[in-house]
Amino acid sequence: MSTSVALHASSLERHETASTREPAWVKAALITVALTFFAVFLLLPLGTVFAEGLRKGWGAYLAALINRDAWDAIKLTLITAAIAVPFNLVFGVAAAWLIAKFEFPGKRLLITFIDLPFSVSPVISGLIFVLLFGAQGWFGPWLQAHDIRIIFAVPGIVLATIFVTFPFVARELIPLMEAQGSEEEEAAVVLGASGWQVFWYATLPKIKWGLLYGVILCNARAMGEFGAVSVVSGHIRGQTNTMPLYVEILYNEYNYAAAFAVASLLALLAIVTLALKTLVEKQTRRQLQEITEKSGE
Amino acid sequence: MASLRRFSPLPGFGLAMGYTLVYLALIVIIPLTAVGTKTLTMGWDAFWAAVSSPRVVASYQLSFGASLLAAAINVVFGLIFAWVLVRYHFPGRGLIDSLVDLPFALPTAVAGIALATIYSENGPIGKVLEPRGIEIAYTPNGVLLALVFIGLPFVVRTVQPVLADLEKEVEEAAAGLGASGWQTFCRIILPHIAPALLTGFAMAFARAVGEYGSVIFIAGNMPMVSEITPLLIITKLEQYDYAGATAVASVMLIFSFLLLLIINGLQGWMQNRHAKGS
Repeated sequence: MSTSVALHASSLERHETASTREPAWVKAALITVALTFFAVFLLLPLGTVFAEGLRKGWGAYLAALINRDAWDAIKLTLITAAIAVPFNLVFGVAAAWLIAKFEFPGKRLLITFIDLPFSVSPVISGLIFVLLFGAQGWFGPWLQAHDIRIIFAVPGIVLATIFVTFPFVARELIPLMEAQGSEEEEAAVVLGASGWQVFWYATLPKIKWGLLYGVILCNARAMGEFGAVSVVSGHIRGQTNTMPLYVEILYNEYNYAAAFAVASLLALLAIVTLALKTLVEKQTRRQLQEITEKSGE
Repeated sequence: MASLRRFSPLPGFGLAMGYTLVYLALIVIIPLTAVGTKTLTMGWDAFWAAVSSPRVVASYQLSFGASLLAAAINVVFGLIFAWVLVRYHFPGRGLIDSLVDLPFALPTAVAGIALATIYSENGPIGKVLEPRGIEIAYTPNGVLLALVFIGLPFVVRTVQPVLADLEKEVEEAAAGLGASGWQTFCRIILPHIAPALLTGFAMAFARAVGEYGSVIFIAGNMPMVSEITPLLIITKLEQYDYAGATAVASVMLIFSFLLLLIINGLQGWMQNRHAKGS
Protein backbone atom coordinates (compact mmCIF):
# COMPACT_ATOMS: atom_id res chain seq x y z
CA MET A 1 0.00 0.00 0.00
CA SER A 2 2.95 2.29 0.17
CA THR A 3 3.38 4.68 -2.68
CA SER A 4 5.91 3.70 -5.27
CA VAL A 5 8.94 5.42 -6.66
CA ALA A 6 7.58 5.01 -10.14
CA LEU A 7 4.59 7.17 -9.30
CA HIS A 8 6.69 9.67 -7.45
CA ALA A 9 9.14 9.91 -10.24
CA SER A 10 6.60 11.36 -12.61
CA SER A 11 6.86 15.09 -12.42
CA LEU A 12 4.97 16.10 -9.33
CA GLU A 13 5.17 19.80 -9.91
CA ARG A 14 3.31 21.84 -12.39
CA HIS A 15 3.26 25.49 -13.12
CA GLU A 16 0.05 27.36 -13.26
CA THR A 17 -0.97 29.83 -15.91
CA ALA A 18 -3.16 32.85 -15.48
CA SER A 19 -6.38 31.17 -16.60
CA THR A 20 -6.03 28.25 -14.16
CA ARG A 21 -4.92 30.21 -11.14
CA GLU A 22 -7.18 30.30 -8.13
CA PRO A 23 -7.96 33.66 -6.51
CA ALA A 24 -5.16 34.73 -4.15
CA TRP A 25 -7.31 34.34 -1.04
CA VAL A 26 -8.13 30.71 -1.92
CA LYS A 27 -4.47 29.97 -2.36
CA ALA A 28 -3.54 31.68 0.91
CA ALA A 29 -6.33 29.88 2.78
CA LEU A 30 -5.37 26.46 1.46
CA ILE A 31 -1.69 26.96 2.27
CA THR A 32 -2.61 28.16 5.77
CA VAL A 33 -4.79 25.10 6.38
CA ALA A 34 -2.05 22.78 5.15
CA LEU A 35 0.68 24.46 7.20
CA THR A 36 -1.45 24.49 10.36
CA PHE A 37 -2.47 20.87 9.99
CA PHE A 38 1.16 19.99 9.27
CA ALA A 39 2.42 21.81 12.35
CA VAL A 40 -0.20 20.42 14.74
CA PHE A 41 -0.49 16.90 13.39
CA LEU A 42 3.01 16.04 12.19
CA LEU A 43 5.60 18.43 13.63
CA LEU A 44 4.16 18.62 17.15
CA PRO A 45 4.20 14.84 17.80
CA LEU A 46 7.73 14.60 16.43
CA GLY A 47 8.92 17.51 18.55
CA THR A 48 7.14 16.15 21.62
CA VAL A 49 9.11 12.91 21.45
CA PHE A 50 12.44 14.76 21.71
CA ALA A 51 11.21 17.41 24.17
CA GLU A 52 9.80 14.81 26.57
CA GLY A 53 12.86 12.62 26.22
CA LEU A 54 15.11 15.52 27.23
CA ARG A 55 12.77 16.90 29.89
CA LYS A 56 15.00 15.71 32.73
CA GLY A 57 18.19 16.76 30.99
CA TRP A 58 20.89 15.07 28.96
CA GLY A 59 22.14 13.03 31.92
CA ALA A 60 18.80 11.32 32.43
CA TYR A 61 18.41 10.94 28.67
CA LEU A 62 21.70 9.12 28.30
CA ALA A 63 21.09 7.07 31.45
CA ALA A 64 17.80 5.87 29.95
CA LEU A 65 19.64 4.67 26.85
CA ILE A 66 22.79 3.30 28.41
CA ASN A 67 21.60 0.47 30.62
CA ARG A 68 21.19 -3.25 30.33
CA ASP A 69 17.46 -3.35 29.46
CA ALA A 70 17.69 -0.62 26.83
CA TRP A 71 20.74 -2.22 25.26
CA ASP A 72 19.03 -5.65 25.13
CA ALA A 73 16.01 -4.10 23.43
CA ILE A 74 18.20 -2.27 20.89
CA LYS A 75 20.14 -5.45 20.18
CA LEU A 76 17.00 -7.55 19.64
CA THR A 77 15.55 -4.90 17.34
CA LEU A 78 18.72 -4.85 15.25
CA ILE A 79 18.89 -8.66 15.09
CA THR A 80 15.23 -8.90 14.06
CA ALA A 81 15.67 -6.38 11.24
CA ALA A 82 18.94 -8.00 10.16
CA ILE A 83 17.09 -11.30 9.60
CA ALA A 84 13.73 -10.06 8.32
CA VAL A 85 14.98 -7.52 5.78
CA PRO A 86 17.30 -9.84 3.76
CA PHE A 87 14.58 -12.50 3.60
CA ASN A 88 12.06 -10.07 2.17
CA LEU A 89 14.70 -8.48 -0.07
CA VAL A 90 15.38 -11.79 -1.84
CA PHE A 91 11.67 -12.51 -2.09
CA GLY A 92 10.94 -9.00 -3.39
CA VAL A 93 13.48 -9.32 -6.19
CA ALA A 94 12.24 -12.79 -7.18
CA ALA A 95 8.59 -11.74 -7.16
CA ALA A 96 9.25 -8.53 -9.08
CA TRP A 97 11.31 -10.40 -11.70
CA LEU A 98 8.47 -12.88 -12.12
CA ILE A 99 5.71 -10.30 -12.34
CA ALA A 100 7.47 -7.62 -14.36
CA LYS A 101 9.30 -9.82 -16.89
CA PHE A 102 6.78 -12.56 -17.67
CA GLU A 103 3.14 -12.87 -18.65
CA PHE A 104 1.18 -15.69 -17.02
CA PRO A 105 -2.39 -16.37 -15.94
CA GLY A 106 -3.24 -15.43 -12.35
CA LYS A 107 -0.78 -12.54 -12.20
CA ARG A 108 -3.22 -10.05 -10.70
CA LEU A 109 -4.27 -12.60 -8.12
CA LEU A 110 -0.63 -13.16 -7.18
CA ILE A 111 -0.13 -9.40 -6.69
CA THR A 112 -3.22 -9.34 -4.46
CA PHE A 113 -1.78 -12.16 -2.36
CA ILE A 114 1.55 -10.36 -2.03
CA ASP A 115 -0.34 -7.31 -0.73
CA LEU A 116 -2.24 -9.34 1.85
CA PRO A 117 -0.04 -8.63 4.89
CA PHE A 118 -0.61 -4.88 4.37
CA SER A 119 -4.33 -5.28 4.96
CA VAL A 120 -4.09 -7.60 7.94
CA SER A 121 -4.22 -5.93 11.35
CA PRO A 122 -0.84 -6.16 13.12
CA VAL A 123 -2.59 -7.86 16.01
CA ILE A 124 -3.88 -10.60 13.71
CA SER A 125 -0.40 -10.90 12.14
CA GLY A 126 0.83 -11.88 15.58
CA LEU A 127 -2.18 -14.05 16.38
CA ILE A 128 -1.66 -16.34 13.37
CA PHE A 129 1.78 -17.35 14.65
CA VAL A 130 0.39 -17.98 18.13
CA LEU A 131 -2.21 -20.26 16.50
CA LEU A 132 0.56 -22.11 14.65
CA PHE A 133 3.29 -22.34 17.26
CA GLY A 134 1.63 -21.49 20.60
CA ALA A 135 1.10 -24.07 23.34
CA GLN A 136 -2.41 -24.83 21.99
CA GLY A 137 -1.37 -24.35 18.35
CA TRP A 138 -0.92 -26.72 15.40
CA PHE A 139 2.73 -27.42 16.13
CA GLY A 140 2.55 -26.59 19.84
CA PRO A 141 2.70 -30.14 21.27
CA TRP A 142 5.49 -31.17 18.88
CA LEU A 143 7.54 -28.03 19.71
CA GLN A 144 7.06 -28.59 23.43
CA ALA A 145 8.13 -32.23 23.11
CA HIS A 146 11.35 -31.07 21.44
CA ASP A 147 11.82 -28.14 23.80
CA ILE A 148 11.75 -25.54 21.02
CA ARG A 149 10.29 -22.14 21.87
CA ILE A 150 8.95 -19.95 19.07
CA ILE A 151 6.15 -18.00 20.71
CA PHE A 152 7.24 -15.78 23.62
CA ALA A 153 10.75 -16.08 22.16
CA VAL A 154 12.94 -14.51 19.50
CA PRO A 155 11.92 -16.78 16.56
CA GLY A 156 8.28 -15.69 16.94
CA ILE A 157 9.29 -12.04 16.89
CA VAL A 158 11.33 -12.57 13.74
CA LEU A 159 8.52 -14.53 12.03
CA ALA A 160 5.88 -11.91 12.84
CA THR A 161 8.23 -9.18 11.60
CA ILE A 162 8.88 -11.03 8.33
CA PHE A 163 5.12 -11.37 7.82
CA VAL A 164 4.41 -7.71 8.52
CA THR A 165 7.20 -6.42 6.24
CA PHE A 166 6.61 -9.06 3.56
CA PRO A 167 5.33 -6.83 0.71
CA PHE A 168 7.60 -3.78 1.03
CA VAL A 169 10.44 -4.60 -1.38
CA ALA A 170 8.22 -6.39 -3.91
CA ARG A 171 5.73 -3.50 -3.85
CA GLU A 172 8.43 -0.95 -4.73
CA LEU A 173 10.12 -3.05 -7.41
CA ILE A 174 7.10 -4.34 -9.35
CA PRO A 175 5.85 -0.98 -10.74
CA LEU A 176 9.43 0.23 -11.29
CA MET A 177 10.49 -2.84 -13.27
CA GLU A 178 7.23 -2.88 -15.22
CA ALA A 179 7.79 0.75 -16.20
CA GLN A 180 11.38 0.14 -17.28
CA GLY A 181 10.64 -2.74 -19.66
CA SER A 182 13.04 -5.54 -20.63
CA GLU A 183 14.99 -4.24 -23.65
CA GLU A 184 18.40 -4.25 -21.96
CA GLU A 185 17.85 -7.69 -20.50
CA GLU A 186 16.76 -9.12 -23.84
CA ALA A 187 19.81 -7.59 -25.51
CA ALA A 188 22.05 -9.13 -22.84
CA VAL A 189 20.50 -12.56 -23.44
CA VAL A 190 21.05 -12.24 -27.18
CA LEU A 191 24.69 -11.37 -26.48
CA GLY A 192 25.00 -14.61 -24.53
CA ALA A 193 24.82 -13.45 -20.91
CA SER A 194 23.83 -16.01 -18.29
CA GLY A 195 20.79 -15.49 -16.07
CA TRP A 196 22.77 -14.06 -13.16
CA GLN A 197 24.82 -11.84 -15.49
CA VAL A 198 21.60 -10.44 -16.96
CA PHE A 199 20.32 -9.59 -13.52
CA TRP A 200 23.62 -8.29 -12.20
CA TYR A 201 24.67 -6.13 -15.15
CA ALA A 202 21.43 -5.22 -16.94
CA THR A 203 18.73 -5.12 -14.25
CA LEU A 204 20.38 -4.23 -10.96
CA PRO A 205 21.86 -0.90 -12.11
CA LYS A 206 18.39 0.15 -13.29
CA ILE A 207 16.55 -0.82 -10.14
CA LYS A 208 19.13 -0.07 -7.47
CA TRP A 209 17.46 3.10 -6.17
CA GLY A 210 14.01 1.55 -6.06
CA LEU A 211 15.51 -1.49 -4.37
CA LEU A 212 17.21 0.71 -1.79
CA TYR A 213 13.94 2.54 -1.16
CA GLY A 214 12.10 -0.73 -0.61
CA VAL A 215 14.80 -1.92 1.78
CA ILE A 216 14.67 1.38 3.72
CA LEU A 217 10.89 1.14 4.15
CA CYS A 218 11.09 -2.55 5.02
CA ASN A 219 13.77 -1.84 7.63
CA ALA A 220 11.86 1.05 9.19
CA ARG A 221 8.78 -1.10 9.63
CA ALA A 222 10.81 -4.08 10.85
CA MET A 223 12.44 -2.00 13.59
CA GLY A 224 9.26 -0.15 14.51
CA GLU A 225 6.66 -2.93 14.41
CA PHE A 226 4.65 -3.01 17.60
CA GLY A 227 1.28 -4.79 17.42
CA ALA A 228 2.35 -8.08 15.84
CA VAL A 229 5.49 -8.32 17.94
CA SER A 230 3.54 -7.45 21.07
CA VAL A 231 1.26 -10.48 20.58
CA VAL A 232 4.06 -13.01 20.08
CA SER A 233 6.65 -11.61 22.48
CA GLY A 234 5.37 -12.25 26.00
CA HIS A 235 7.18 -9.05 27.06
CA ILE A 236 10.08 -10.73 28.80
CA ARG A 237 12.59 -8.06 29.75
CA GLY A 238 16.07 -8.66 28.44
CA GLN A 239 14.85 -11.52 26.26
CA THR A 240 11.87 -10.65 24.10
CA ASN A 241 11.68 -6.88 24.30
CA THR A 242 12.22 -4.98 21.09
CA MET A 243 12.57 -1.20 21.29
CA PRO A 244 8.88 -0.41 20.68
CA LEU A 245 7.86 -2.95 23.34
CA TYR A 246 10.37 -1.51 25.76
CA VAL A 247 8.91 1.95 25.12
CA GLU A 248 5.47 0.61 26.03
CA ILE A 249 6.71 -0.95 29.27
CA LEU A 250 8.49 2.23 30.39
CA TYR A 251 5.45 4.33 29.50
CA ASN A 252 3.08 2.07 31.41
CA GLU A 253 5.41 2.30 34.41
CA TYR A 254 4.97 6.10 34.27
CA ASN A 255 8.67 6.37 33.46
CA TYR A 256 7.84 8.92 30.76
CA ALA A 257 11.26 10.51 30.31
CA ALA A 258 12.92 7.14 29.72
CA ALA A 259 10.07 5.97 27.46
CA PHE A 260 10.49 9.06 25.28
CA ALA A 261 14.28 8.77 25.34
CA VAL A 262 14.08 5.29 23.79
CA ALA A 263 11.26 6.49 21.52
CA SER A 264 13.49 9.33 20.31
CA LEU A 265 15.90 6.77 18.84
CA LEU A 266 13.00 5.29 16.86
CA ALA A 267 11.91 8.79 15.84
CA LEU A 268 15.45 9.45 14.60
CA LEU A 269 15.22 6.26 12.57
CA ALA A 270 11.99 7.59 11.03
CA ILE A 271 13.64 10.92 10.17
CA VAL A 272 16.64 9.19 8.59
CA THR A 273 14.25 6.95 6.66
CA LEU A 274 12.34 9.93 5.28
CA ALA A 275 15.56 11.78 4.40
CA LEU A 276 16.92 8.76 2.52
CA LYS A 277 13.58 8.37 0.81
CA THR A 278 13.66 11.98 -0.42
CA LEU A 279 17.20 11.42 -1.69
CA VAL A 280 16.28 8.18 -3.45
CA GLU A 281 13.27 9.82 -5.11
CA LYS A 282 15.50 12.54 -6.49
CA GLN A 283 17.89 9.93 -7.89
CA THR A 284 15.06 7.94 -9.47
CA ARG A 285 13.63 11.05 -11.04
CA ARG A 286 17.03 11.90 -12.53
CA GLN A 287 17.44 8.35 -13.77
CA LEU A 288 14.01 8.32 -15.43
CA GLN A 289 14.75 11.68 -17.03
CA GLU A 290 17.97 10.27 -18.49
CA ILE A 291 16.02 7.31 -19.86
CA THR A 292 13.40 9.52 -21.49
CA GLU A 293 16.10 11.80 -22.91
CA LYS A 294 17.94 8.80 -24.33
CA SER A 295 14.81 7.39 -25.92
CA GLY A 296 13.96 10.84 -27.25
CA GLU A 297 17.18 11.07 -29.26
CA MET B 1 5.65 -24.46 -16.30
CA ALA B 2 6.88 -23.21 -19.64
CA SER B 3 3.48 -23.75 -21.22
CA LEU B 4 1.96 -21.38 -18.68
CA ARG B 5 3.67 -18.31 -20.03
CA ARG B 6 3.82 -16.53 -23.30
CA PHE B 7 7.25 -16.68 -24.89
CA SER B 8 9.90 -14.54 -23.30
CA PRO B 9 13.62 -14.80 -24.02
CA LEU B 10 14.51 -13.98 -20.42
CA PRO B 11 15.66 -16.72 -18.05
CA GLY B 12 14.55 -17.45 -14.53
CA PHE B 13 10.80 -17.96 -14.91
CA GLY B 14 10.74 -21.34 -13.18
CA LEU B 15 13.07 -20.31 -10.37
CA ALA B 16 11.30 -17.01 -9.70
CA MET B 17 7.85 -18.62 -9.84
CA GLY B 18 8.87 -21.50 -7.58
CA TYR B 19 10.58 -19.29 -5.03
CA THR B 20 7.77 -16.72 -4.96
CA LEU B 21 5.03 -19.31 -4.49
CA VAL B 22 6.85 -21.34 -1.84
CA TYR B 23 7.82 -18.27 0.19
CA LEU B 24 4.34 -16.78 -0.16
CA ALA B 25 2.76 -20.05 0.99
CA LEU B 26 5.09 -20.49 3.96
CA ILE B 27 5.01 -16.94 5.30
CA VAL B 28 1.53 -15.72 4.36
CA ILE B 29 -0.95 -18.30 3.09
CA ILE B 30 -0.41 -21.18 5.52
CA PRO B 31 -0.28 -18.99 8.65
CA LEU B 32 -3.44 -17.16 7.57
CA THR B 33 -5.32 -20.42 7.04
CA ALA B 34 -4.68 -21.16 10.72
CA VAL B 35 -7.31 -18.52 11.52
CA GLY B 36 -9.80 -20.23 9.19
CA THR B 37 -9.25 -23.75 10.50
CA LYS B 38 -9.31 -22.66 14.12
CA THR B 39 -12.60 -20.85 13.49
CA LEU B 40 -14.11 -23.84 11.69
CA THR B 41 -13.40 -26.16 14.63
CA MET B 42 -15.39 -23.91 16.95
CA GLY B 43 -18.89 -24.74 15.87
CA TRP B 44 -21.42 -22.13 14.80
CA ASP B 45 -22.98 -21.39 18.19
CA ALA B 46 -19.68 -20.76 19.95
CA PHE B 47 -18.53 -18.65 17.00
CA TRP B 48 -21.68 -16.56 16.97
CA ALA B 49 -21.57 -16.08 20.74
CA ALA B 50 -17.95 -14.89 20.49
CA VAL B 51 -18.44 -12.42 17.65
CA SER B 52 -21.79 -10.97 18.74
CA SER B 53 -21.37 -10.35 22.48
CA PRO B 54 -22.23 -6.74 23.41
CA ARG B 55 -18.62 -5.84 24.23
CA VAL B 56 -17.40 -7.13 20.85
CA VAL B 57 -20.18 -5.37 18.96
CA ALA B 58 -19.36 -2.11 20.78
CA SER B 59 -15.74 -2.50 19.67
CA TYR B 60 -16.81 -3.01 16.02
CA GLN B 61 -18.91 0.12 16.21
CA LEU B 62 -15.99 2.14 17.52
CA SER B 63 -13.35 0.63 15.21
CA PHE B 64 -15.40 0.84 12.03
CA GLY B 65 -17.16 4.10 12.88
CA ALA B 66 -14.03 5.97 13.89
CA SER B 67 -12.13 4.53 10.90
CA LEU B 68 -14.82 5.67 8.44
CA LEU B 69 -14.88 9.14 9.95
CA ALA B 70 -11.08 9.35 10.05
CA ALA B 71 -10.81 8.28 6.40
CA ALA B 72 -13.39 10.92 5.45
CA ILE B 73 -11.42 13.60 7.31
CA ASN B 74 -8.29 12.36 5.55
CA VAL B 75 -9.94 12.77 2.15
CA VAL B 76 -10.57 16.48 2.87
CA PHE B 77 -7.16 17.29 4.34
CA GLY B 78 -5.32 14.86 2.08
CA LEU B 79 -6.77 16.61 -0.96
CA ILE B 80 -5.77 20.01 0.43
CA PHE B 81 -2.21 18.74 1.04
CA ALA B 82 -1.93 17.18 -2.42
CA TRP B 83 -3.36 20.32 -4.01
CA VAL B 84 -1.01 22.67 -2.20
CA LEU B 85 2.03 20.46 -2.85
CA VAL B 86 1.34 20.07 -6.57
CA ARG B 87 0.19 23.57 -7.46
CA TYR B 88 1.83 26.10 -5.18
CA HIS B 89 5.34 27.14 -4.29
CA PHE B 90 5.75 28.40 -0.75
CA PRO B 91 8.34 28.25 2.00
CA GLY B 92 8.38 24.85 3.69
CA ARG B 93 6.92 23.03 0.70
CA GLY B 94 9.84 20.61 0.41
CA LEU B 95 9.78 19.89 4.13
CA ILE B 96 6.06 19.13 4.07
CA ASP B 97 6.47 16.91 1.01
CA SER B 98 9.10 14.84 2.84
CA LEU B 99 7.36 14.74 6.21
CA VAL B 100 3.86 13.86 4.96
CA ASP B 101 5.02 10.24 5.12
CA LEU B 102 5.97 10.56 8.79
CA PRO B 103 2.97 8.46 9.93
CA PHE B 104 4.29 5.66 7.67
CA ALA B 105 7.79 5.90 9.03
CA LEU B 106 7.24 6.66 12.71
CA PRO B 107 6.75 3.47 14.73
CA THR B 108 3.14 3.34 15.88
CA ALA B 109 4.00 3.03 19.58
CA VAL B 110 6.06 6.24 19.36
CA ALA B 111 3.21 8.07 17.64
CA GLY B 112 0.85 6.66 20.27
CA ILE B 113 2.69 7.91 23.33
CA ALA B 114 3.40 11.29 21.68
CA LEU B 115 -0.28 11.84 20.81
CA ALA B 116 -1.41 10.70 24.26
CA THR B 117 0.99 13.17 25.89
CA ILE B 118 -0.02 16.09 23.66
CA TYR B 119 -3.75 15.66 24.20
CA SER B 120 -3.80 14.61 27.86
CA GLU B 121 -4.78 17.25 30.42
CA ASN B 122 -1.18 18.40 30.99
CA GLY B 123 -0.17 18.29 27.34
CA PRO B 124 0.27 21.40 25.17
CA ILE B 125 -3.07 20.96 23.39
CA GLY B 126 -4.98 19.08 26.09
CA LYS B 127 -4.18 21.92 28.51
CA VAL B 128 -6.00 24.33 26.21
CA LEU B 129 -8.93 22.12 25.26
CA GLU B 130 -9.85 20.36 28.51
CA PRO B 131 -10.86 23.49 30.48
CA ARG B 132 -13.16 24.28 27.56
CA GLY B 133 -14.86 20.91 27.93
CA ILE B 134 -13.26 19.25 24.91
CA GLU B 135 -11.79 15.93 25.97
CA ILE B 136 -9.68 14.03 23.47
CA ALA B 137 -7.29 11.74 25.33
CA TYR B 138 -8.83 8.61 26.87
CA THR B 139 -12.13 9.04 24.98
CA PRO B 140 -13.34 7.86 21.53
CA ASN B 141 -12.17 11.27 20.24
CA GLY B 142 -8.62 10.13 20.93
CA VAL B 143 -9.18 7.03 18.81
CA LEU B 144 -10.41 9.21 15.96
CA LEU B 145 -7.44 11.56 16.28
CA ALA B 146 -4.87 8.76 16.17
CA LEU B 147 -6.58 7.24 13.13
CA VAL B 148 -6.55 10.58 11.29
CA PHE B 149 -2.79 10.80 11.97
CA ILE B 150 -2.17 7.27 10.66
CA GLY B 151 -4.27 7.63 7.50
CA LEU B 152 -3.20 11.01 6.15
CA PRO B 153 -0.33 9.87 3.83
CA PHE B 154 -2.54 7.35 2.02
CA VAL B 155 -4.81 10.00 0.53
CA VAL B 156 -2.02 12.53 -0.15
CA ARG B 157 0.21 10.00 -1.93
CA THR B 158 -2.59 8.52 -4.06
CA VAL B 159 -4.03 11.87 -5.15
CA GLN B 160 -0.75 13.78 -5.64
CA PRO B 161 0.49 12.03 -8.85
CA VAL B 162 -2.97 12.06 -10.44
CA LEU B 163 -3.38 15.75 -9.74
CA ALA B 164 0.08 16.41 -11.18
CA ASP B 165 -0.77 14.50 -14.37
CA LEU B 166 -3.92 16.51 -15.00
CA GLU B 167 -3.45 18.23 -18.31
CA LYS B 168 -3.15 21.96 -17.89
CA GLU B 169 -4.78 22.42 -21.28
CA VAL B 170 -8.02 20.87 -20.04
CA GLU B 171 -8.32 23.44 -17.30
CA GLU B 172 -7.37 26.24 -19.66
CA ALA B 173 -9.99 25.09 -22.13
CA ALA B 174 -12.62 25.06 -19.38
CA ALA B 175 -11.61 28.54 -18.31
CA GLY B 176 -11.61 29.69 -21.93
CA LEU B 177 -15.16 28.43 -22.31
CA GLY B 178 -16.17 30.65 -19.40
CA ALA B 179 -16.17 28.17 -16.52
CA SER B 180 -15.48 29.67 -13.11
CA GLY B 181 -12.71 28.27 -10.94
CA TRP B 182 -15.22 26.43 -8.79
CA GLN B 183 -17.01 24.99 -11.85
CA THR B 184 -13.71 23.82 -13.30
CA PHE B 185 -12.90 22.15 -10.00
CA CYS B 186 -16.26 20.41 -9.67
CA ARG B 187 -16.78 19.41 -13.29
CA ILE B 188 -13.23 18.78 -14.53
CA ILE B 189 -10.77 18.23 -11.70
CA LEU B 190 -12.92 16.38 -9.18
CA PRO B 191 -14.13 13.69 -11.63
CA HIS B 192 -10.52 13.23 -12.76
CA ILE B 193 -9.18 12.63 -9.26
CA ALA B 194 -12.28 10.86 -7.89
CA PRO B 195 -10.89 7.31 -8.34
CA ALA B 196 -7.67 8.32 -6.59
CA LEU B 197 -9.59 9.94 -3.74
CA LEU B 198 -11.72 6.85 -3.37
CA THR B 199 -8.65 4.57 -3.41
CA GLY B 200 -6.93 6.73 -0.79
CA PHE B 201 -10.09 6.68 1.30
CA ALA B 202 -10.31 2.87 1.14
CA MET B 203 -6.60 2.48 1.99
CA ALA B 204 -6.80 4.86 4.95
CA PHE B 205 -9.95 3.07 6.12
CA ALA B 206 -8.37 -0.39 5.81
CA ARG B 207 -5.29 0.71 7.73
CA ALA B 208 -7.36 2.42 10.43
CA VAL B 209 -9.59 -0.57 11.15
CA GLY B 210 -6.62 -2.76 12.04
CA GLU B 211 -4.48 -0.08 13.68
CA TYR B 212 -3.29 -0.86 17.19
CA GLY B 213 -0.10 0.84 18.40
CA SER B 214 -0.94 4.48 17.82
CA VAL B 215 -4.45 4.08 19.25
CA ILE B 216 -4.12 2.18 22.52
CA PHE B 217 -2.13 4.80 24.41
CA ILE B 218 -4.57 7.62 23.74
CA ALA B 219 -7.81 5.59 23.74
CA GLY B 220 -8.21 4.88 27.44
CA ASN B 221 -9.41 1.41 26.44
CA MET B 222 -12.66 1.40 28.42
CA PRO B 223 -14.75 -1.65 27.53
CA MET B 224 -17.95 -0.65 25.66
CA VAL B 225 -16.69 2.94 25.28
CA SER B 226 -13.19 3.32 23.87
CA GLU B 227 -12.00 -0.23 23.26
CA ILE B 228 -11.01 -0.98 19.64
CA THR B 229 -11.42 -4.44 18.12
CA PRO B 230 -7.68 -5.25 17.77
CA LEU B 231 -7.20 -4.53 21.48
CA LEU B 232 -10.15 -6.79 22.30
CA ILE B 233 -8.42 -9.61 20.40
CA ILE B 234 -5.32 -9.12 22.56
CA THR B 235 -7.43 -9.01 25.74
CA LYS B 236 -9.04 -12.33 24.80
CA LEU B 237 -5.60 -13.81 24.08
CA GLU B 238 -4.32 -12.70 27.47
CA GLN B 239 -7.30 -14.50 29.07
CA TYR B 240 -6.30 -17.63 27.09
CA ASP B 241 -9.57 -17.38 25.13
CA TYR B 242 -7.83 -18.39 21.89
CA ALA B 243 -11.06 -19.46 20.20
CA GLY B 244 -12.81 -16.19 21.00
CA ALA B 245 -9.82 -14.13 19.83
CA THR B 246 -9.64 -16.11 16.59
CA ALA B 247 -13.38 -15.74 15.94
CA VAL B 248 -13.21 -11.96 16.23
CA ALA B 249 -10.03 -11.95 14.16
CA SER B 250 -11.73 -13.96 11.40
CA VAL B 251 -14.52 -11.36 11.18
CA MET B 252 -11.89 -8.63 10.77
CA LEU B 253 -9.92 -10.69 8.26
CA ILE B 254 -12.95 -11.30 6.03
CA PHE B 255 -13.67 -7.61 6.12
CA SER B 256 -10.05 -6.74 5.27
CA PHE B 257 -9.99 -9.14 2.32
CA LEU B 258 -13.17 -7.63 0.91
CA LEU B 259 -11.67 -4.18 1.29
CA LEU B 260 -8.43 -5.33 -0.39
CA LEU B 261 -10.41 -6.64 -3.37
CA ILE B 262 -12.23 -3.32 -3.60
CA ILE B 263 -8.95 -1.39 -3.44
CA ASN B 264 -7.42 -3.56 -6.17
CA GLY B 265 -10.52 -3.04 -8.28
CA LEU B 266 -10.27 0.73 -7.76
CA GLN B 267 -6.58 0.71 -8.72
CA GLY B 268 -7.38 -1.24 -11.88
CA TRP B 269 -10.03 1.36 -12.68
CA MET B 270 -7.51 4.18 -12.14
CA GLN B 271 -4.95 2.53 -14.38
CA ASN B 272 -7.48 1.93 -17.13
CA ARG B 273 -8.58 5.55 -17.07
CA HIS B 274 -4.99 6.69 -17.28
CA ALA B 275 -4.23 4.28 -20.11
CA LYS B 276 -7.24 5.58 -22.02
CA GLY B 277 -6.30 9.17 -21.34
CA SER B 278 -2.74 8.97 -22.63
